[in-house]
Amino acid sequence: MSEVAAAPVPMPAKRRMAQLVMLAFAVVITMGAYANVGLAMDGAIPSGMLTYGLSLGGLMLAAYLVLAKFAPWADPLILPLVTLVNGLGLVMIFRLSETDSTLPSATLASPNTQLLWTLIGIVLFSVTLIFLRDQRALQRLTYTAGALGLLLLVSPLIPFLGQEINGARIWIGIEGVAQLQPAEFAKLALVVFFAGYLVAKRDVLALAGRRLLFIDLPRARDLGPVLITWGVSLGILVLQKDLGSSLLLFGTFIAMLYIATQRISWVIIGILLFLGGAIMAGLLFDHVQMRWRAFNDPGNPEIYNAIGGSEQLMQGLFAMGSGGILGSGLGQGHPELIPLAFSDFIFPATGEELGLTGLMAILVIYALIVQRGLRTSLAARDPFTKLLSVGLSFLLAWQIFIIVGGVTNLIPLTGLVTPFMSQGGSALLSNWILIALLVRMSDAARRPPPQAIQNEGMTQVFQR
Amino acid sequence: MNRTIKRAAVACLAMFGLLMINVNVLQGVRAQSLSDDARNTRNFYERYAVQRGRITAGGKVIVAQSKETKGDFRFLREYPEGRLYAHVTGFFSPESESAIERSENDLLDGSSADLLLQRGIDLFTGEPTRGANVDLTINPEAQKAAYDALRESGKRGAVVAIEPKTGGILAMVSLPTYDPAELSGTNKSEVFGRYDELAKDKSQPLLNRTIENTYPPGSTFKVVTAAAFLEDDSSRGADTTVDAPQVLDLPNTTADLPNYGGAACGSGQVTLRFALERSCNTPFGKIGIDLGHEAMGEQLEKFGAGKPLAVPMSVAKSDFGPKEDAAAVAQASIGQRSNQMTPLQMAMIAAGIANEGVVMKPYLVNKITDPNGDTIDEADPEEFSEAVSSETAGELTDMMISVVANGTANRAQIPGVQVAGKTGTAETAQGQQPHAWFISFAPANDPKIAIAVMVESGAVRGGGEATGGGTAAPIAKAVMEAVLK
Repeated sequence: MSEVAAAPVPMPAKRRMAQLVMLAFAVVITMGAYANVGLAMDGAIPSGMLTYGLSLGGLMLAAYLVLAKFAPWADPLILPLVTLVNGLGLVMIFRLSETDSTLPSATLASPNTQLLWTLIGIVLFSVTLIFLRDQRALQRLTYTAGALGLLLLVSPLIPFLGQEINGARIWIGIEGVAQLQPAEFAKLALVVFFAGYLVAKRDVLALAGRRLLFIDLPRARDLGPVLITWGVSLGILVLQKDLGSSLLLFGTFIAMLYIATQRISWVIIGILLFLGGAIMAGLLFDHVQMRWRAFNDPGNPEIYNAIGGSEQLMQGLFAMGSGGILGSGLGQGHPELIPLAFSDFIFPATGEELGLTGLMAILVIYALIVQRGLRTSLAARDPFTKLLSVGLSFLLAWQIFIIVGGVTNLIPLTGLVTPFMSQGGSALLSNWILIALLVRMSDAARRPPPQAIQNEGMTQVFQR
Repeated sequence: MNRTIKRAAVACLAMFGLLMINVNVLQGVRAQSLSDDARNTRNFYERYAVQRGRITAGGKVIVAQSKETKGDFRFLREYPEGRLYAHVTGFFSPESESAIERSENDLLDGSSADLLLQRGIDLFTGEPTRGANVDLTINPEAQKAAYDALRESGKRGAVVAIEPKTGGILAMVSLPTYDPAELSGTNKSEVFGRYDELAKDKSQPLLNRTIENTYPPGSTFKVVTAAAFLEDDSSRGADTTVDAPQVLDLPNTTADLPNYGGAACGSGQVTLRFALERSCNTPFGKIGIDLGHEAMGEQLEKFGAGKPLAVPMSVAKSDFGPKEDAAAVAQASIGQRSNQMTPLQMAMIAAGIANEGVVMKPYLVNKITDPNGDTIDEADPEEFSEAVSSETAGELTDMMISVVANGTANRAQIPGVQVAGKTGTAETAQGQQPHAWFISFAPANDPKIAIAVMVESGAVRGGGEATGGGTAAPIAKAVMEAVLK
């Protein structure tokens, strides 16, 4: 009998206390920002601040408790980071609603509704964590998720149910009561579908095919799913005029396809298909063409003044320019001058008041959330979890790239919400579910594997 | 799969990297040009976020102030005296400003370095930035009298009065005028539309005729010619005899220079005093020819003409005209050729004579006070030029008293006050009505006010031909009375 020291299995710390402190910190920053807005604009702490503080603090405490109970090994950073961007978004919407201005960006900003959506978002986050104990359960729902995703995508086209708002037919609901953007939920269902489908088919997608020049071409019949997704994306673009969601879905799918199959040829095929689609759309649709021209030369007075031209984009850039490095300070700029400052353009609006400093901080927070997701993916133990977590993380990063890049004139502007910041319930709810899924998977990935009993010294050997 | 996940992570890092670089370019490198873009209406709102300083006249009458409002624009500009002070205050339009509003802009809007400390305190206490108050040298009674009298004449014209001993401008009126409130609203299309209307108006209501335009001075210029004649030889005086032919033969031309209406001027040999009283042309034409273009030009420069001047609005340059032949000098010496004078320059000539030959630098801003009423800056009268010796000034004063007492300017007489003056009626072009001029100062023994009145040929509403004695002199009288009472 010899005592062999078992190789110590690295035990990820739970870091629950650190998470609580960071969460409290995120809430404190948000409350400080609230107070700042009130003091700058009215010379007094906002009257509703206590309500806001208690609601947000209480909500986050509840979320924390659920997380501690049902996903104790979860990544400690994700929830505080998301809380902070969600809180800053709430502050910006509150700040926009506080101006005396009669511009739509001021009158349409409704911080109370957004706080309510945040509440529902956190409830959904908790519900997801409580009922989805093992993300692998989703793998069994692969095709159900696919069908659900497609159904949600086309639902705005159903007569009476679907509604067209601001020229995009992406809403369902009853006029004046409640509207939802089903595409926001569809993207989650579709990423689940992609993950399940690719895990099942990745071998055949990766291995079959011929080599032409330097790339491995897939078999023609394996191109099917790619072409279908491409077709669906184009369908969204054409029928719903939703450039953003179209680009978001197609890009995420191609990325996941590449990650699953490790074949760069899929990326090349994807890019070619995308370019083909984009050029076609540009030739067919004036509004797509105008977006391109606005991107290319936004300062041009002719394009600036055109209907659907670059005025909105330039107003965002002016706001950022006026904000400069340190910003005007919360409540001291004029973000209400940017059209849609509370939704698509909340990023430049924040940039005006918090400056380059604030925007860099927000980008770093987003990057950290994505990084925690990717880390989960690396640590995950089964291919489905790996693919789902990397898919969701990429979805988040890609969405941020599309919208932030769009409003800062890095890429052509396509409408999408800025995750957790923009006003709007659908996006907030679906993103909180997304975060719940990431948290669930990080819990699974960090949970130490069941330890085999290795100390034979404790084993009693009976001899007859 | 980890290999491709890591590559996807690199792609995500690249995306965030690009976003960060782009945001840095926008808010670091391009910030200024984006911020300054004319379409960035923030600058427009900022204009109205400042409590701009007050402009007062004579320390008592508020002529421009910013009122706090509820609405998109925090402070709006008001002009309680409107048209009366329009050319002095100027306007404060959405993208520009004029006159004092422009010249004193950095003090009025608080951006001046003099207000740095105040700005810091305001920032700390959360008060809006408050600008400094500007007090003008304008005498409200004189300004009102000038405006009313000129309006009464029904003509376009200019009145400008100076305190001879300091150079402080007591009145500055130009007609037709405009309402600065119309150009100081926040509705750009309305303001710019109105501005275009005014700018295209043939009667030029936006033009400050006292300083921004020059006119042929007519016979008022004979004062300058007389000054040059006296300065040329110290033995000469008001009673020196000069040649006064009925018609002066202009050398090298077929043209002659007659007196006004072809009349004779005394016996042909008259005193300088008599020539000025009657405003004879021939003696002054001859003096001009004898002294020459250079001497005449120099004398005019000694009165301050041609020297850059800002009051603080910049003043157009007055000029004796280019060197031509002797005939031209003769005509310019009676103010009928290429000599072009601003009404302010003519007032400075009167003021120089009144102030024993020394022209004081004209100015409009009397005092600058910070928002708490503490003085930041106060006007310090300074000499602008030495026009003539005090003896010459005395002789000129003596003659100008005669002009009012016995000559062409009897309508400028004020009971109990000795007024010195000179009329002028400048022909602008063949067949057109002339400009009427009058320059004067009073009381002659201790001058409190020097004034120039110019009434343009074009009538605002009907009216007959304007003459210096008939139209301009009574206006000057009204203003002088307002100051002296």
